[in-house]
Amino acid sequence: MMRTLLIRGMLVGLAAAALAYVVAWFLGEPQVALAISFEEAKAAASGEMHEHEVVSRTVQETFGLITALIVYGVAFGGLFSIAFAFAHGRIGDFRPRTTAALVALVGFVVIYVVPFLKYPPNPPAVGSEDTIGSRTTLYVTMIVLSLFTTAVALYAGRRLAPRLGGWNAALVAVGVFAVIIGIIYVVMPAVNEVPADFSATVLWRFRLASLAIQLTVWGTLGLLFGGLTDRALGRRTAGAPAAVVGV
Amino acid sequence: MANVVVPSGKPVPLRIPVREIVPWAVFAAVLGLALLYFVGAEQGATSIISGSTVHEFVHDGRHLLGFPCH
Repeated sequence: MMRTLLIRGMLVGLAAAALAYVVAWFLGEPQVALAISFEEAKAAASGEMHEHEVVSRTVQETFGLITALIVYGVAFGGLFSIAFAFAHGRIGDFRPRTTAALVALVGFVVIYVVPFLKYPPNPPAVGSEDTIGSRTTLYVTMIVLSLFTTAVALYAGRRLAPRLGGWNAALVAVGVFAVIIGIIYVVMPAVNEVPADFSATVLWRFRLASLAIQLTVWGTLGLLFGGLTDRALGRRTAGAPAAVVGV
Repeated sequence: MANVVVPSGKPVPLRIPVREIVPWAVFAAVLGLALLYFVGAEQGATSIISGSTVHEFVHDGRHLLGFPCH
């Protein structure tokens, strides 16, 4: 059972990566290219030598990007299937596809959107080399705090569900999550290293592209994994005792 | 009046026992974190392998997936 779910999760992650690559190619790469030409123009203006390329741009935007997306998709596909296994039958009386969609929505918001709003992704040429260590630490800390807050909200929701009912308990849980995340946003230090002359349009489009890529990954995980699991479990339960109805 | 058997619309919600999930969860977490580390941080914030080939290879993915890259 778990073996099947985990393998399915990882394979769905592979499919998610393939779709994400299409989105990345059409929405993301043009902005990365614009950011790199800005970087190069700046380097040329300050008289810097052209940087020696360790990996060519062609490899970066094809095999490199595909590899990164596959690794990301498979890693989160596996973790997603585990989260699904814990959630199914425990967060409410839902069909597998509904549980999967809810888990994917929560995963997308908790792991990507919440850190995105505090520390949005930046294209090349934005961000100083010297702060990469602290920026990575802040980003990972934000993800961990977001996961921790989710655990607190889930606990609160589950405790309140018998008294308030599922819907209202879920609303309270979302409220608890929003308040704690709001406080974390205020407390965590801000990062702003966008060069003054960097195109606002490129920055905005790059960030939207990143959002679209992540939405594709999580959307595919939730809907495809949910559809496949619904079918597989549906077959299992077909033999389960059926209700007898008088006509 | 005949009694007909119709399948109940809702499949019985099945809970996978936590004991059954945990070993797989540990496996997925270890594998997942190792994979994410190489996409998200290797040869950026920290470095296990020397050089910058890993960083440059996953460069576009790291930027577009939302990680700080450089």
